Amino acid sequence: MFNRDRWKEILEVLSSNVFRTLATSFGVGWGIFILIILLAAGKGLENGIRADFGDIATNTMFMWSRNTTIPYKGLPKGRRFSFKIEDVQSIKDNIPNLRFISPRNQLGGFGGGNNVVRGLKTGAFNVYGDYPEIIRQEPMTITSGRFVNHNDIQDKRKIAVIGVGVRNELYDRGEKVLGTYIKIQGVNFMVVGTYQKKDSGGGEEGQKEIYVPFTAFSQAFNMGNDVGWMAITALDGSSISNLKEKIVNVVKENRKIHPDDKRAVGYFDLYEQYNRVESLFGALRWVAYFVGVLVLLSGIIGVSNIMLIVIKERTKEIGIRRALGEAPWSIKKQILMESIFLTIISGMIGIVFGAAFIYGVNAVLDSVGPVDMFVNPSVSLGVVVSALVILIFSGLLAGFIPAQSAIKIRPIEALRTE
Amino acid sequence: MIEIKDLHKSYKMGKNSLHVLKGINFNVEEGELVAIMGSSGSGKSTLLNILGMLDELDEGSYTLDGVAIKNLNETKAAQYRNKFLGFIFQSFNLINYKSAAENVALPLYYQKVARKERQEKALKYLTQVGLKEWAGHLPSELSGGQKQRVAIARAMAAEPKVLLADEPTGALDSKTSYEVMDLIQKINDQGNTILIVTHEPDIADMCKRIVHLKDGVIIEDKKIEQVRASKYV
Repeated sequence: MFNRDRWKEILEVLSSNVFRTLATSFGVGWGIFILIILLAAGKGLENGIRADFGDIATNTMFMWSRNTTIPYKGLPKGRRFSFKIEDVQSIKDNIPNLRFISPRNQLGGFGGGNNVVRGLKTGAFNVYGDYPEIIRQEPMTITSGRFVNHNDIQDKRKIAVIGVGVRNELYDRGEKVLGTYIKIQGVNFMVVGTYQKKDSGGGEEGQKEIYVPFTAFSQAFNMGNDVGWMAITALDGSSISNLKEKIVNVVKENRKIHPDDKRAVGYFDLYEQYNRVESLFGALRWVAYFVGVLVLLSGIIGVSNIMLIVIKERTKEIGIRRALGEAPWSIKKQILMESIFLTIISGMIGIVFGAAFIYGVNAVLDSVGPVDMFVNPSVSLGVVVSALVILIFSGLLAGFIPAQSAIKIRPIEALRTE
Repeated sequence: MIEIKDLHKSYKMGKNSLHVLKGINFNVEEGELVAIMGSSGSGKSTLLNILGMLDELDEGSYTLDGVAIKNLNETKAAQYRNKFLGFIFQSFNLINYKSAAENVALPLYYQKVARKERQEKALKYLTQVGLKEWAGHLPSELSGGQKQRVAIARAMAAEPKVLLADEPTGALDSKTSYEVMDLIQKINDQGNTILIVTHEPDIADMCKRIVHLKDGVIIEDKKIEQVRASKYV
C-alpha cells in the first residue's frame, strides 16, 4: 500500500495522458458533487422545518374533552364533561414512562374580547392556568423575574407571568413591570415575570400570553376541579404515540365514557406529526443518495472504461512484467490502486467544489435574509466520510473488471502484441 | 541445467491441431552457450517459450536446475521465471516510461529487494554492459544497441540460472549485433548458461553449440568452435 515505487508508477501512468485523466475524473467528481449538493439541500430543508418546530418537546400529545356520543352507565349521549384534576394523578399511577403531565385551563383566545385591564389600558390575551412543568414542554425564555413555581401552586398565589407582547400593550416603554398588578376578568394578579418565546410560526400570538398558577386560576375563575386540557410528554426512550391509547382509556374510565366512544376525548399527537416530517426527511435523504449514487455510477463506468483502455494500451508492458516475474495479484493490485486513486482524487475535488458551492449558497442566504423552510444547507462530516467510503468502493468496482481482464491475458500473448 | 525429455506441443486452431514440437530430447549443461536454429515454423520460438515457462508443454518433461516444471499456476510460474530465467527479446521490450536503471531494477523489485540495494545492483549491471552514464535515460533516448544492452542487464539483474534470448540481434545492424554478441559471450565466459534462438548463421557460429530444428524435431545437435565476436568489433 505505502510502497514508493508503486505510487510512483501510479502517478506516472495517470500523468502520461493528463487530458484523459482529467476528463475521466470529471465524471466521478461531478457525481460526488451532485450527491453532496443534494444532501445539503435536503439538510437545508430539514433545518428549515426543524426550526419551525422550535424547542417544543416533540414527544408530546395534547388532550381535551368533547361531547360524548354514546350513552353509558345511565348517562345520556351528547353529555358535556370535563377532565378533573384527579385524572392527572390516575394517569400518573397507571401509565409508566411519562415525563410531564400538565393540566391546563385557559381563558380568552382567538379573537376574544378584552379580558385584561391595567389602569387605563386593556387588552385581549390568552390566559393559562398552568403547572411549572409547562415551561419544559413549551420552552420560553424568562426575560425578567421568574416563572410559576410549585409554591405558587400550593398557596394558590395570584401571580402572573406575561409575554413581551402583553408588556408592550399594557405598559409604557421603560416602565417597571415586576410587582405591578394586572386585572384578569376582574381579579388582580401580581406580575412576577416576563417571558419571550422563540418566534416560530406562531408569530406575535405566542408573545401575548399570560401564565398564572393552575390552582389560583381554578379558584379565581370558578373552575372547581375541572381541567380544560392536558399536555402530556413521554420519556425520551418511549414514544407518546404508543402510550396515547392507554392514556385516553384511563381518562374514559374515570369520566364514565363508553370505551368505544371515539369522539369524546380529542387529542393531537405532536410526535406523530413530527415523525411524519422525520420520515419525509428520511425519504429525501434516500432520494438524494439514490440520485447521487446513480450519477456517480456513470462516472465510475467512465473510470472503468478508461482503465480498460489503459490496460489495452499496456498489454505488452504487462506481458513484459510477467515475463520478468511479476505475480498476477501484484498486477491486479496495481490496476485496482490506480483506479481507486483516480476515483478518490476526483471525488475529493468533487467534495471540495461541493463544499465551496454550499458555502456560496450560505453566503447568499445570509445576505438576502431568511428564506422560508430553508436554513443553513450543510453536509456533516459523516456524509463526507460515507462519500469517501462510496468512492473507495466505486474505485474498487471500477478497477475490478479491468484488473481481471489484465491478468487473464497470457504473458506469451501479451508479449506478442505490438 | 536443463533437461527436456520427449517434449510434444501442439496448438489447436479451430478444428485442426497443429503439431509444432514432435518429441524433443535436449539437455543443456551449466555454462553452455547454445544457439537454436531453424527456419520460421520450425518450432524454435515455441521451444523457447516452453523453456521460459511462458507456454505449457503437452507431453514430456522439463526439469530446470533439478526442479520439475509442471502444472504451474500463474503465480508460481511468475516466481520461477523471476528466480530462474532472464529474458532477452528481439524488440528489447523495455518499459518505455521507466529509466534504464529502473528497467534493470524491475526483476529485483519483484523479488522484493530493498530499494537501495536494487539501485546499486541495477547500476552495477548497467556498468557491466557499459551504460553507466545512461542510467537515468528513458529507452526512447537510447539507440537500438544500447536498448538491447539495457535489456541484457535487466535479464542478468536477478542473477538467473539461464538466460533466454529470442533473436537478440534481429532488430540490429550487423555491427551492433556483433557488439551485443560480444557482450553475451563475455557473460557466458563468466559461467552463465545462455540459450539463443536465431536464424542468422553468423550469430549461431558465435555460440558453442548449435541445435538445428526442423518441423518440430531436432535434426542436428553439434558442438562447434566458437567464433569470438570481438574480432569484428
